[in-house]
Amino acid sequence: MEIKVVKDILGANEQIAQKNRQLFDSNHVLAVNLMSSPGAGKTSLILETIKRLKGKTRVGVVEGDISSSLDAEAIGKEGVPVVQINTGGECHLDANMTSTALGSVPLKDVDLLLIENVGNLVCPAEFALGEHKKILISSTPEGDDKPFKYPLMFHEADVVLINKIDLLPYLKFNTDAFSRAIKGINQKVEIFPISCTTGEGIEKWVSWLLTQMSRRQS
Amino acid sequence: MHELAITQSMLDLVLEQAEKAEAKSVGKINLVIGGMTGVVGDCVQFYFGFLSKGTSAEGAALSFKVIPTTAKCRDCDKHFELKEFDWTCPYCQSNNMEIVAGKELFVESIEVE
Repeated sequence: MEIKVVKDILGANEQIAQKNRQLFDSNHVLAVNLMSSPGAGKTSLILETIKRLKGKTRVGVVEGDISSSLDAEAIGKEGVPVVQINTGGECHLDANMTSTALGSVPLKDVDLLLIENVGNLVCPAEFALGEHKKILISSTPEGDDKPFKYPLMFHEADVVLINKIDLLPYLKFNTDAFSRAIKGINQKVEIFPISCTTGEGIEKWVSWLLTQMSRRQS
Repeated sequence: MHELAITQSMLDLVLEQAEKAEAKSVGKINLVIGGMTGVVGDCVQFYFGFLSKGTSAEGAALSFKVIPTTAKCRDCDKHFELKEFDWTCPYCQSNNMEIVAGKELFVESIEVE
């Protein structure tokens, strides 16, 4: 006997993601999911963002890593609430892991929650966490062909941050071709070139975040 | 790499449906996978082998229908398959397109006894 199913395989994840989203909304928290390949600068970006937002908004961080708590320790020094998730081998965060971590985040004392996903350009694109915005950090040494290699990630992103632009003089990275390829398949995307080392462009990213937060609150 | 989690979710969904139908065993699972998802059928097959052990879906055959990543040109409205390293419309050379297929990831049907 054949049974018609036609159900999304990740439907269960989606349901938990929606509950997470409700939790963010009821606490007036803007949640962003930061995704990139390993070493593109997710943690550096979080540290820069926290520094620039000090006194302007209350930031919380969820750190996803396969193992270790090195990143959480670095972020904890900045005096913001941080919860580490060790996925124990899984190459991405999912809605359930996020939901468990949220139990340890003081959401009432947080306006902006930065969720650092596991460094990987494939798997995190599939698993919604309940976030409001997906942020992709792509760094210049990775090459300008990345949109073609990981189309789903670039298609899903609300923002692409081109990090390590201070290295552009030493690389064959065509920023225009890179941006054109992404915009071709993702009309809504906003692209900000940044450097977490020199601080260039970070102000624009931070003001984008503040705009999103004020939009949500109004 | 995400196939382990995806296979587990797929198996949960299949077992839930089989139980609802009061089936004794699942003989075949028909899956639809979009080209953009990067899900590798061989990996799903491999994980399914051990995840399904001892369940009513143990030994079930997996069938994969792969949907190519398809775009619609926003300038000339024509549909075309997205090539790996060339994101231009083959009809009018525009770079402005909308992805209309390739993100599918679902269980279409199961065959049970």
